[in-house]
Amino acid sequence: MARVFGTSIRRREDPALITGRGKFTDDFKLPNMAYAAILRSPHAHARIRKIDIDGASRLPGVVGVYTGRDVQESGVPGVVPVGWLLPNLKTPDHPIIATDTVRYVGDAVAVVVAEDRYVARDAVDLISVDYEPLPSVTDPARAVQEGAAQVHSEAPKNIAFDWTIGDESKTAEAFNNAPRHVRVQLRNNRLIPHAIEPRSALADFNPARKDLTLWMTSQNPHIHRLLMSLASLGLPEQKIRVIAPEVGGGFGSKIHHYPDEAITSWCSMQLGRPVKWTATRSEANLSDAHGRDHVTEAELALDDNGRILGLRVQTYANLGAYLSTFGPAVPTYLYGTLLSGEYDIPAIFCRVVGVFTNTTPVDAYRGAGRPEATFVVERLVDVAAHELGIDPAEIRRRNFVPPDAFPFQTQVALQYDSGNYEGALNKALEMADYQALRQEQEERRANGGKLLGIGLSTYIEACGLAPSAVVGSLGAQAGQWESGEVRVHPTGSVTVYTGSSPHGQGHETTFAQIVADRLGIDPDQVEVIHGDTDKVPFGWGTYGSRSAAVGGSALAVSSDKIIEKGKRIAAHLLEASVEDIVFEDGKFFVRGVPDKSHGIAEIALQAHLAHNLPEGMEPGLRATTFYDPPNFTFPFGTHLAVVEVDPETGEVTLLRYLAVDDVGNVINPMIVEGQLHGGIAQGIGQALWENAIYDENGQLITGELLDYAVPKAHMVISYELDRTVTPCPHNPLGVKGTGEAGTIAASAAVANAVIDALKPFGIKHLDMPLTPERIWKSIHKNGR
Amino acid sequence: MREITIEVNGKSHTRKVDPRLLLVHFLRDELDLTGTNVGCETSLCGACTVLIDGKAVKSCTQFAVQIDGSSVQTIEGLASNGELHPLQQAFWEEHGLQCGYCTPGMILAAADLLKNNPQPTEEEIRKGLKGNICRCTGYHNIVRAVQSAARSLQRGSEGGR
Repeated sequence: MARVFGTSIRRREDPALITGRGKFTDDFKLPNMAYAAILRSPHAHARIRKIDIDGASRLPGVVGVYTGRDVQESGVPGVVPVGWLLPNLKTPDHPIIATDTVRYVGDAVAVVVAEDRYVARDAVDLISVDYEPLPSVTDPARAVQEGAAQVHSEAPKNIAFDWTIGDESKTAEAFNNAPRHVRVQLRNNRLIPHAIEPRSALADFNPARKDLTLWMTSQNPHIHRLLMSLASLGLPEQKIRVIAPEVGGGFGSKIHHYPDEAITSWCSMQLGRPVKWTATRSEANLSDAHGRDHVTEAELALDDNGRILGLRVQTYANLGAYLSTFGPAVPTYLYGTLLSGEYDIPAIFCRVVGVFTNTTPVDAYRGAGRPEATFVVERLVDVAAHELGIDPAEIRRRNFVPPDAFPFQTQVALQYDSGNYEGALNKALEMADYQALRQEQEERRANGGKLLGIGLSTYIEACGLAPSAVVGSLGAQAGQWESGEVRVHPTGSVTVYTGSSPHGQGHETTFAQIVADRLGIDPDQVEVIHGDTDKVPFGWGTYGSRSAAVGGSALAVSSDKIIEKGKRIAAHLLEASVEDIVFEDGKFFVRGVPDKSHGIAEIALQAHLAHNLPEGMEPGLRATTFYDPPNFTFPFGTHLAVVEVDPETGEVTLLRYLAVDDVGNVINPMIVEGQLHGGIAQGIGQALWENAIYDENGQLITGELLDYAVPKAHMVISYELDRTVTPCPHNPLGVKGTGEAGTIAASAAVANAVIDALKPFGIKHLDMPLTPERIWKSIHKNGR
Repeated sequence: MREITIEVNGKSHTRKVDPRLLLVHFLRDELDLTGTNVGCETSLCGACTVLIDGKAVKSCTQFAVQIDGSSVQTIEGLASNGELHPLQQAFWEEHGLQCGYCTPGMILAAADLLKNNPQPTEEEIRKGLKGNICRCTGYHNIVRAVQSAARSLQRGSEGGR
């Protein structure tokens, strides 16, 4: 039987989704269901003097109007917790509805429940709140200055944490001794995730049974159940069932535990009837955790040949008004640890100050910390190439960790397990015909007109999150293993249960491929169940490019356990010893006697009948694995962007985008390529257009799709992809993960390309997004 | 309340509706046709695109009463006699969707595009779909899917001659 692992079979998810039969949270309707709408603060920072709900309460069709006081008085814990602790981290309370003070535009102030979604919104407009506006601050570098507005009294100078990694004195020494230094000051622009399905929750509390069923837009239903129970609702965990039906994209934004789903659940508990809440787009943009927003100063010490001797980084990371679920982890352990990039850097020191501001909380958004690290390293390397007069490809080559140096211990905690960085670079340069591009660039520069820019990003990421003991020692209040259960039915067909929770990644297809391949059966005989805390064993969900590497590995190990038990049954039936039983192509037989075999279906039937099992063996054929990976995985690659910049207008045209990625073994190439395409588009979006901007009063002025530029079809191009394959050495599938690679690499590749085009103007660095305005101004700032 | 009659996917529906009821909520809440999704309520993302009298329209900024007497086609009505429409087939085969939330709107916008321009270039496809946002696919495979559907529609119409 041909292997199904590694083949581009079509997705089984699609027939429902292309015919309108996919069921997303807002698609569900329950009898007697009411609708919730949330009143949000229009102020970045204000004291709440008084809330008048009378007008709203009197509106016909309104069944309840509640404020933060009502939540407090109900006796539930009523807060949103943080899931990652750092030393001396300030953890101010985050009530699900604000009581005394609002701290960002979008902070929940009150909630209305009504018979109809239109009436609920009407009633929100009838609530009158008397605010006393307070000074606010939105920029992380300003927020730590003397005299800046204070977001929380318990965090002086708005500092939530002050964290370092690496060796400060060794790095200082490297800088003292190095003949060449290069430096950039940069801002990694704030992004809004924009999953096209807005967040939504449908809560059904049964007052007789005192249990809650909660359909919600979740990347990790078990985490949401846990935090709902512990921190928000106080209901026992076994009395909560969280279901993530079809989920319309997440990109990190549906990992976090937000107030809104807890408020919806709390309303259902008050009313004893189902309540549904769905964010509008503008609500989503104010309340979904944002991404990035770093202000960074970084410098590289080099010798005269471009060999890197040291790296020093100082970052102010904007955390927003409250600590989001994994907010503290993203700019620290997912950022500082990646600063060695693909390079052998002998001394690194990084300091990150996490800062509260009067803005929407910031948390993991596709790539989460790793795009920010890649951007710092890849920009610096390009600036060094520019200043030292070395070709950008060449300077990278001179600093790569060589293929024979693995496992490679970086100066920032990670141990890279495998890699061949120059292999990917060479392949990308060849695909692009790099020399010809450089020649064309020179010719264009000589002839005037539109400029050509070529940008490289040789990236690494740490994903497949993660060894639980390691992340625990770093502050995670969570494990990072994954569950996978395989149940073989009496007929030999299989149902698989995974704690991983997809939202577009195609797990139902790829996980069936993994198990079918292992068990030697057709993937159509394997059903994959996910996204329901009452159906699947506890799991940590989908993020950090972990599903295949951790969740897939759990299923591979469970499949192997099935085979082991099958061998014992087969040995018993064939009157042979277990050691002599071979399992091949779905059949058990004695070595050398393949024509006398038992298929997996026959073994499964025997296991369930239990008429004739080996002595002491339990009936049934199922296996559960909680797979805890021994290390992170380390995908890597080279991305190369070619752009044209019109110096008259500052307009950038993307001409080519090439990517050579090494994500290890590939389960379904079509799906892997799709993940890369989407990731690349998001990275291009950050580089060229996307930007969440707050004005001086803390108003989000890019809160709608009118002014926040998400890439559209005509703004991007077809991508040219290739791969190298260096299997992950430590998991049973050899896979590494692919969800974030595109985003991690792409922003730096595109920014480097645009800045490369502008080299004749002496421009060394420009912040993203590289809009025509920004480019034009930088070209013309000297009166040119 | 106003009484309206709208034909949806070939079936006539008469309902008394609030004049401010949006078409997309009429479809989703009144008729339980939840295949049409809401992504932005402002005509910017295109998730709610349906065909009204054959033309792609964003149903989140149309009142149901405006459509009185018109004929609407939603994603649920695109397959005929159990056969997927060539666009549905192509989106499946070319992996033109991931989470699938934008897909119904994208497919219907593409249907309108191909009706007016049966053999579009890549650039024409990209420009033709600029009213529809997909955050998952980077559009690469959506373009492939529309190209593939254009080819099979072409073959179909040649075969029918």
